[in-house]
Amino acid sequence: MRLAVDLSGRPEHPALAVRAEHWVDLARLAESGALDFVVFDDSFVPPGGGPGEVGRLEAVAVAARVAPLTTTVGLVATATTTHTEPFHLSKALATLDFVSAGRAGWQPDISRTAEEAALFGRKDAAPVDALWREAAEAVDVVTRLWDSWEDDAVIRDVATGRYVDRDKLHHVDFRGEFFAVKGPSITPRPPQAHPPVVLRLPAGDEPAALALIGRWADVARVPSVDGGRAGAADPGVDGLAADGAGRVRAAVRAAGRDPEEVSVLLDVPIGPTDAAEAVVDRAAAALGVGLDGVVLVPETLPGGLRRAVQEVVPLLVGRGLRAPGPGRRTTLRERLGLARPANPYAGGFDATATAGPVGGTG
Amino acid sequence: MSKRQLHLAAHFPGVNSTTVWSDPASGSQTDFASFVHFAHTAERGGFDFLFLAEGLRLREHRDRIHDLDVVGRPDTFTVLNALAAVTTHLGLGGTINTTYNEPYEVARQFGSMEQLSGGRSAWNLVTSSDAFTGENFRRGGFLAPEHRYRRAAEFLQVARACWDSWPAGGSPGWVEHTGEHFQVRGRFPLPAGPQGHPVLLQSGDSDAGREFGAATADAIFSRHTTLAAGKEFFADLKGRARRLGRRPDDLKILPAATFVLGDTAADAQERAEHIRRQQVGPATAIAFLEQVWGRDLSGYDPDGPLPDLDPEPGGVSITRGRVRHEKDTLAVARRWRALAEQRNLSIREVVVEATARQSFVGTPTQVAEQMDDYVQAEASDGFILVPHLTPGGLDEFVDTVVPSCATGAATATATPEQRCANTCWAGRTGRGCSPAERVHRAQWCSCGPRPPDCSGSPRSPRRSPGPAC
Repeated sequence: MRLAVDLSGRPEHPALAVRAEHWVDLARLAESGALDFVVFDDSFVPPGGGPGEVGRLEAVAVAARVAPLTTTVGLVATATTTHTEPFHLSKALATLDFVSAGRAGWQPDISRTAEEAALFGRKDAAPVDALWREAAEAVDVVTRLWDSWEDDAVIRDVATGRYVDRDKLHHVDFRGEFFAVKGPSITPRPPQAHPPVVLRLPAGDEPAALALIGRWADVARVPSVDGGRAGAADPGVDGLAADGAGRVRAAVRAAGRDPEEVSVLLDVPIGPTDAAEAVVDRAAAALGVGLDGVVLVPETLPGGLRRAVQEVVPLLVGRGLRAPGPGRRTTLRERLGLARPANPYAGGFDATATAGPVGGTG
Repeated sequence: MSKRQLHLAAHFPGVNSTTVWSDPASGSQTDFASFVHFAHTAERGGFDFLFLAEGLRLREHRDRIHDLDVVGRPDTFTVLNALAAVTTHLGLGGTINTTYNEPYEVARQFGSMEQLSGGRSAWNLVTSSDAFTGENFRRGGFLAPEHRYRRAAEFLQVARACWDSWPAGGSPGWVEHTGEHFQVRGRFPLPAGPQGHPVLLQSGDSDAGREFGAATADAIFSRHTTLAAGKEFFADLKGRARRLGRRPDDLKILPAATFVLGDTAADAQERAEHIRRQQVGPATAIAFLEQVWGRDLSGYDPDGPLPDLDPEPGGVSITRGRVRHEKDTLAVARRWRALAEQRNLSIREVVVEATARQSFVGTPTQVAEQMDDYVQAEASDGFILVPHLTPGGLDEFVDTVVPSCATGAATATATPEQRCANTCWAGRTGRGCSPAERVHRAQWCSCGPRPPDCSGSPRSPRRSPGPAC
């Protein structure tokens, strides 16, 4: 089974949230439990609730700070698409992949609130459906920019004085509903080509989010709390997991992809009083209804993660659900059983075919 | 009068012809290992900070991506945050453009780097007004030239309001800004870092750019490397700072500088000539010529004479995505012609002479002396060194010039003044100096003992006070 941890939990001391050492310790702890990846949460507003004032560091920055001090664990950074330029996102995530030697992942999210919009003052908060469509377009642009450099674009041909083969650099010429981006990226194609995309299925009914998952998710996270979808009776956690996984796989199929290529993981909270056995039972039940693993979500850090690594992981290993021993040094894609994607531009891909009416791929 | 101290920073080799990629010693421009090597060398050499440049669109020449120089580099913030993990006291600076970013977001990125690096961040704030680069961004990006610095100033005002909104050890406050270019309202999610604000660098050279830099920057990343031009620029900027009510010493002038070392002066000159020819290969010579002439000159022999025809009138640029320092191309062409006739030079030789002269060439001792002379003559406060090789281009300098110049590591024989500098280097808290502390008090005591400036000059009362001298 796949096993990850979400590090959005409350720090046990408020000051920890902005300390580099806190995040390094968490990632190393996760690595000591051979977890597949950690997720760094993000939002433009400080986390609410809880005692004390808790700050919030930018997630890609935290992942980059942690990367050179870890070796096996995947580093998935949340980055929102509502107010940030996809061009900046593309190079930041590609660079996270370089500095982590192919362990980067991206959890795209949206900024839903007027509070966040007011920090930028560019536009009003939009309906959630539009925000998800914009997110889908952002993922599309980011992916094209990753591909805008062919892998062998740098040739260093001393005889002709050419550093790069410019026929292997491509203007993406993207024009969509929300963005127009010329390209190519200023950053070469990252080690994994496409750092895996992790997406959360919203607890409520948000069709555009499901469409985004169907088209782009490498990992889909299914909530274990009921978002109160219209007309649904309380199905229990296993029912929610089965229902979420079913919807994800249907969406993936509808997008013309193979549902087996997407890891569907159940979010499993770990509260201070939850017994490790109960967490493991929950994970086993998720596997039983067709999911591929779980994302542990400790409510407090680092204590919750320590219990996950020291108590939950050994039980999972004991039940034969996880391999014993340290994590392997692989890319995150390899860990998730994903091939390194071919570059569509290398085959004379017509970038304009789905992006819009602009001619020429450069 | 005490001798002036020398500041040094290290520019990671960039995407222009200064960087030699054809040399067997040239390594990857993107692998993180190259950045780690470079950062470790800079830290070992006691440099104030490492510097990453950034341009947000690949350069095009005659409507095609320019392929003769290094192309492509990783994201500035992400590399610097990763380097914070493998260094302990090196300052970490980079170019971030105000035209293609939003102030709240950039404030948050620098606020994050401040925390993640323990107060080692520096920002080279640049502006831009070209629609060419803007094509990579959803809002375009074209800005009327007269708005560039107004937007930049307001951008900085918002960023500083964000950093100031949550004092270290205090409670988060509120940011409320309504201006010509920005409306920002809400809570900033990070407490102030050890420096309060990142060290601010500027590189604008127009009158508006100089005035903005003199008013706001901690250091100016200048390009004036001849002694005469350096002195003029230095006096101009320090004068502007004084007129604006700032202590001139609070504004450091740090020109970009290249260097070549050798066992003897002749050896260094020979190496310098070899490097210049690496930097200006035949195709690059023609590309430079085309930039000045504004037309296709691909039929010309780089080892032959300059073209007889005149440059295109109007100075139309056929290269996009790079800063043009020289606006009057006819004047440039006249200078090149005169140079060619005077010394009977080919196209390539003229371009080498005009574009690739290194700032400092000599033995390590000679280079240390040249640099010191420059600083003592008040042509700069130090240099941002631009090596020509990735990642090892700084190694020889640190191994040979630093020992003949720096005193930071020489504790056994150090004078009390040097020990003061050394204390600053080691840091009162064991963390080392922040770049702010070091930009205001060099840990370098260039070429011989002299009293360091221990008075400090914290721009922000929130900045950590630095070591006692």
